[in-house]
Amino acid sequence: MTDKATAIELDRVTLRLGARTVLNDVSFTIRAGEFIGVLGPNGAGKTTLMRAILGLMPPSAGRLRVFGHEPHRADHQIGYLPQVRTVLPDLRLRGRDFIAASLHGERWGLPLHSRADRITINETLALVGAEELAERPLSDMSGGERQRLLLAQALIGRPRLLVLDEPLISLDARHQEIAIDVVRQACRERGITVLFSAHELNQLIGTLDRVLYLGNTQAVLGTVDEVITAPVLSALYGTEIRVVRAEGHIFVMARGRDVEHVEHQHEHGHEHGHAHDHGHGHHH
Amino acid sequence: MNTAMNTAMHTIMGMGTITDMFQYDFMNNAFAAAGIVAVVSGAVGYFLVMRAQAFAGHALSHIGFAGATGAGLIGIAPLWGLIGFSLAAGLAMGLMSERISNRDVAIGVVLALALGFGLLFLHYYTAFASQATALLFGNVLAVDRGTIALLAGLGAITLAALAAIMRPLIFASLQPELAEAKGVPLRFVGTAFLAVVALAVSECAQVVGVLLVFALMVGPPAAAQRLTSGLWSGLALSALFALAAAWLGLTIAFYSDWPVSFCIALLSAFGYFACLAMPGPRPRGEVEFVPD
Repeated sequence: MTDKATAIELDRVTLRLGARTVLNDVSFTIRAGEFIGVLGPNGAGKTTLMRAILGLMPPSAGRLRVFGHEPHRADHQIGYLPQVRTVLPDLRLRGRDFIAASLHGERWGLPLHSRADRITINETLALVGAEELAERPLSDMSGGERQRLLLAQALIGRPRLLVLDEPLISLDARHQEIAIDVVRQACRERGITVLFSAHELNQLIGTLDRVLYLGNTQAVLGTVDEVITAPVLSALYGTEIRVVRAEGHIFVMARGRDVEHVEHQHEHGHEHGHAHDHGHGHHH
Repeated sequence: MNTAMNTAMHTIMGMGTITDMFQYDFMNNAFAAAGIVAVVSGAVGYFLVMRAQAFAGHALSHIGFAGATGAGLIGIAPLWGLIGFSLAAGLAMGLMSERISNRDVAIGVVLALALGFGLLFLHYYTAFASQATALLFGNVLAVDRGTIALLAGLGAITLAALAAIMRPLIFASLQPELAEAKGVPLRFVGTAFLAVVALAVSECAQVVGVLLVFALMVGPPAAAQRLTSGLWSGLALSALFALAAAWLGLTIAFYSDWPVSFCIALLSAFGYFACLAMPGPRPRGEVEFVPD
């Protein structure tokens, strides 16, 4: 937060997906260099908000600004890790070429890279600790290793804003910690603003500056202590929520059930096909 | 020399050196045509395999068959019918791809319909039936110099188009969601690529026929990807394997009297399975330092 400049500004923004209103009349401001954890139940609009910031979906009302400008596609200031990650599982392409594809990948012509490009690729691989993945084919990598490459792709080209949509999905606990560390380090080293959506708050508590909690077409931005409270979350979930703190962890409970944990399991049901290195058993 | 083309294969059997086959114009023509087509097929096929769109490529060749027989019916050269139909089908498939939820099923239905129409056109133009085998299984030994020039021109256009879209094509194939956010027009790139595939398939069918286009467009790139995980090395190896299959296939056919397309298909399959049996480029899970 050395820079006081504004990274993202929403002024009475409404986002609609077809007939459904995802966010209604939402306003908040994210400062440059902030690490923002984006939380909320499934369908609360985390992905939709991120797509709007990327310029892939214009707001139906209100004013949305990214670094003072209207969001537009192909904004080189933004690095993006999509939630739907189409990684062809049998692709026998080495990590270096996979990363290289996203550097100026929107230009026409042959995929030739200059000396400067190659230096950028090496720097980015080093930044996420993926140097040893450069020469290995994707088909031989574990879910955690692929995830590190995808993070590298988001970081390539020195973005000022990193939009990470559920980067922890399909990773086991150890790789989740590594992924968070990598983002935190890259973010601190380069002063990047980060939007990091997740299902689990606790892993991010030591890292994030503020929480953006979405739910019930509303959004609340603030510190963990301001946002993770029974009244605020009850309004966002539209049901009575209890917040239990124990040993530095925070549990968000609805009718005695751990809200985050329930959703986490649900998400794994969809995603385990991608994961190669699940550290835990299946709990269906 | 040109007159006894049909029997030439038999008369030269058992004769001395490899240079013997280049004494025949039809063999020189066949080597030239197969060489052009193999390089184009290997290069385009590399991306077909990368995008896992082999089935779409197969369908385009079958639709091209209907075009070729239809062209014969109205007195146009089959090659133009082949190009016209497969190109139109490639463009249609690219533009509709987002709307078709189950692409394999839709492609399969259209593929069967196209072969059916091909049969219908043959039925009404019986004199053309003798050429059906040539269309389905190729007849590279009958290629003349005019066709070679045409194949060279088409090949140059195909490779130029592929080169023009290659960078966003790779990005869109590997990371469609990210590519979209970075401003790659996914639908345009996908459609342009299927048009490139349609051209490559049409050329490929001139050598190995519409039923065996996979021998040059899928076998060699799949084998290349087993051997190398580099982009440029894979692309070069794919074209090289296709060229080797085509030229070795011609040579074996010349000395054995087996059909050329069979020999090419055999080599393609042999190369693929040989590469499958080999260990991968890097042992799994091992960290290895490779200087750049």
